[in-house]
Amino acid sequence: MGELVQLTSFGLTEGEVLGALGRVKVRDVDYADLYFESCVSESVSMEESLVKRATKSVSQGVGVRATAGEKTGFAYSDELTKKDLELAADTARYIANSPSGAQAVSVPVRQRPTRDLYPVERAQAEVATADRVSLLNAIDAEARRYDPRIKNVMASFNTEYKVVVVATSDGTLIGDVQPLSRLQVTCIAEENGQRQAGSFGGGGRVGFEFYHEGDRHLRFAREAAREAILNLSAVDAPAGVMPVVLGGGWPGILLHEAIGHGLEADFNRKKTSAFSNLLGKRVASDICTIVDDGTLPGRRGSLNMDDEGTPTGRTVLIENGILRGYITDKLNARLMGIPLTGNGRRESYQSVVLPRMTNTFMLAGTSDPEEIIRSVDRGLYAVSFGGGQVDITNGKFVFSASEAYLIEGGKITRPVKGATLIGSGPEILTKVSMVGHDLKLDEGIGTCGKEGQSVPVGVGLPTIRIDEITVGGTQR
Amino acid sequence: MNQAIQQRDGYSQLAMDLLAKAKASGATEADIIIADGETFSVQVRLGAVDRLTKAREKHLGLRVFVGKRSASTSTSDFSADSLSQLVAETCILAKAVVEDPVSGLPAADQMAGERPDLDLYDSTRLNTEQQIDLAKRVEAAAMSSDERVTNSEGGDFDSSSGRVVLANSHGFLGEYQSSSFSMAASPVATDPETGAMQRDSWYAVQRKFAKLDSPEAVGLEAARRTVRKLGARKVATQRAPVIFDAEMAGSLMGNLCSAVSGYSLYKGASFLAGQLDKPLAPEYVTVYDDGRVVGGLGSRPFDGEGLPTRKTTVVERGVLKSYLLDTYSGRKLGMASTGNASRSVGENPSVGPTNFYLAPGTKTAQEIIKTVKQGLYVTDLIGFGINMVTGDYSRGAAGFWIEGGELAYPVEEITIAGNLKEMFAGIEMIGNDLVFRGRIASPTIKIGEMTIAGS
Repeated sequence: MGELVQLTSFGLTEGEVLGALGRVKVRDVDYADLYFESCVSESVSMEESLVKRATKSVSQGVGVRATAGEKTGFAYSDELTKKDLELAADTARYIANSPSGAQAVSVPVRQRPTRDLYPVERAQAEVATADRVSLLNAIDAEARRYDPRIKNVMASFNTEYKVVVVATSDGTLIGDVQPLSRLQVTCIAEENGQRQAGSFGGGGRVGFEFYHEGDRHLRFAREAAREAILNLSAVDAPAGVMPVVLGGGWPGILLHEAIGHGLEADFNRKKTSAFSNLLGKRVASDICTIVDDGTLPGRRGSLNMDDEGTPTGRTVLIENGILRGYITDKLNARLMGIPLTGNGRRESYQSVVLPRMTNTFMLAGTSDPEEIIRSVDRGLYAVSFGGGQVDITNGKFVFSASEAYLIEGGKITRPVKGATLIGSGPEILTKVSMVGHDLKLDEGIGTCGKEGQSVPVGVGLPTIRIDEITVGGTQR
Repeated sequence: MNQAIQQRDGYSQLAMDLLAKAKASGATEADIIIADGETFSVQVRLGAVDRLTKAREKHLGLRVFVGKRSASTSTSDFSADSLSQLVAETCILAKAVVEDPVSGLPAADQMAGERPDLDLYDSTRLNTEQQIDLAKRVEAAAMSSDERVTNSEGGDFDSSSGRVVLANSHGFLGEYQSSSFSMAASPVATDPETGAMQRDSWYAVQRKFAKLDSPEAVGLEAARRTVRKLGARKVATQRAPVIFDAEMAGSLMGNLCSAVSGYSLYKGASFLAGQLDKPLAPEYVTVYDDGRVVGGLGSRPFDGEGLPTRKTTVVERGVLKSYLLDTYSGRKLGMASTGNASRSVGENPSVGPTNFYLAPGTKTAQEIIKTVKQGLYVTDLIGFGINMVTGDYSRGAAGFWIEGGELAYPVEEITIAGNLKEMFAGIEMIGNDLVFRGRIASPTIKIGEMTIAGS
């Protein structure tokens, strides 16, 4: 076979890469890898009906890692000369306390991952600036047309085109091309001196045509405008424990915060997670089955392979309420003696690999969504959220509603202002008493932060009823 | 040393060459920021090295103006071909966006003239073993101080140093060096009766290595903050006074800082739009942003556009006196820049704080707690439940319940809610315990009443 096609864009030969890998994989190193990354990010943004900002960012570099037992040595460089690679290799293997001396590593060459979940041609990813500008102009017009109370529209369109090559001491040399884009709209509405904001957005590992399919971009504009107008009439949210119905799609951030992070293998290996030692135990009601799936075509959280070259997969985390598995990378799978799930991810060549989620969602149940709302006498119906956060160790998590309504006597009545919901990860899903048949994945806006690293993720949820959770409003 | 000077002069020359290239490609004005640095980071866990990271990095950010059109680009690839291409692409990008009447560099006569030495750089170089040893010591101190500390997320030591070169087509050329040293411990404690776990952490960060607290002091404080959380429970939903400890009060100052950022204000995306010269808080509340604190973690001699930094009184005796502005957001609001341009390479220029803080009062935290019969002392906040357009505030909280002026028991899984405008107006007391552990700092704050949601 010839040279790996992606490698040529780094100006390196396979021989040079294998040489550096041999230099880092000394005797006491269990595993070593090199991660080459080149990334071009472009963004245009609009406000006051003017597309007046455009940015482009280019980064390229290599991360070199060695692991020995629980130890990780890591170095990175934005220079890719043989000398820089050798220096990084020497730094990374420092943790092994081993004498230097190259080891021969034999690496089978594979040209591409065995599938392509995001076949976006470079030409589709490199959208002409003029096309980006007209996309944003159309959004501005649509949002203002929706309601004259919309006073400002802020929209941005970001694309990223990442080429990666992973060379590992356990025998993989593999490359991938990872496009990613996102369209984000925020509207400010004003009435009687009162202002409110509404946001909507989406995207994925998709080409530019995605945003025009069924006028998706105009729908995003209308949704952002609708939320801003709706919130003008929102009343204060209630405070205290009550039943909450979550709508489908993005409210799946509940799963990401409440259980997803707690099931990442690193915290469980270190036994600092509230889920440590709960494998095989009940952590949810028996109508809850939750998976992490990195193999969904075009999704924001999907990957052909993770950042260690492992193909991504579909991992059952909770099956009929029972905790079945953790999310792993190579280091933690090896140290814990559990299956490798293809969840080793990193923000860039400058960051170490951590076990991270891909697309995390609950499978559909059997209840009719309308029946779920009718079942609540007094509670909250939340359909859109801002961010969330979790304390892994005590399991307490929050997520903040940005569009929510009161349910009174089984009916949706008034919109309420945003409020934070707080609960305990290992307990909250045991209080899920109804699961709808309407599973929806989010539109593709999620970014997850862990140890200062951001990676794109997806979530999904059918409509569900949680019998009790604390709602952090201001009204008794 | 000689090599460093050579490289520095090299960057100045590189910046000027690229500015000339930009002009030749049609730019009417341009500026360039070049940052490079070295970082070292070690994390130990349970006494052994868990992760060791070492790197050098560099970035270049270019902003061009073609008349009233503008674009920004950045790269980590400094090869001549790549940089020439970047300059050309940036000019093409600028021509693709619309004219913006207020866009442009600051006026030439506003550029920073004097460049005070703010003592931001420490040439101390620690070897790998020394830094591993410090990380081991901070963790060991946390692990050994209390038998309820059973586990650890690690002890960390980080050091970094770097340099910023900024040049623009007015002929401005500025440069400064800075460094940072930090350590942290993150112990985990287990309740001997219930087996429930809690974690917390404590840290120290300084520009000068010699000014860092001892690892033993940092580790002990981390353990104290962790162990005291054991046995936490919910409290009933109610309205009550809330005291923010200094760290959490700092987060409120962070919220204020976002609300006075020029970009939020001209977009109408801040609850403080149109509030200049109006009362925000009681008369004992004064807030500064001071870019010239010697050795300060947010200090710098000039801002991201080359304008001199300064001390700005943001809130004076309770009245909102100034926003934080760069040239662009200032022009949008009809005001002068406050020297708060922040340029992270690869991003659009924005506004950021330098050293932003609430002036301290006279009471100790203990004395403030003593004034509360029934209320909450907040030591942790999680989540993002803040609407900056309206000021509506709702966040997850943990801390201690106060009964009769004493911390009675730890609490968790509750929220606190209100509105930032009402919260600032409701500040009843300010502590004397101002310590800078970052760009934004505050002493302890007591707020008269908020809604606590619990059981």
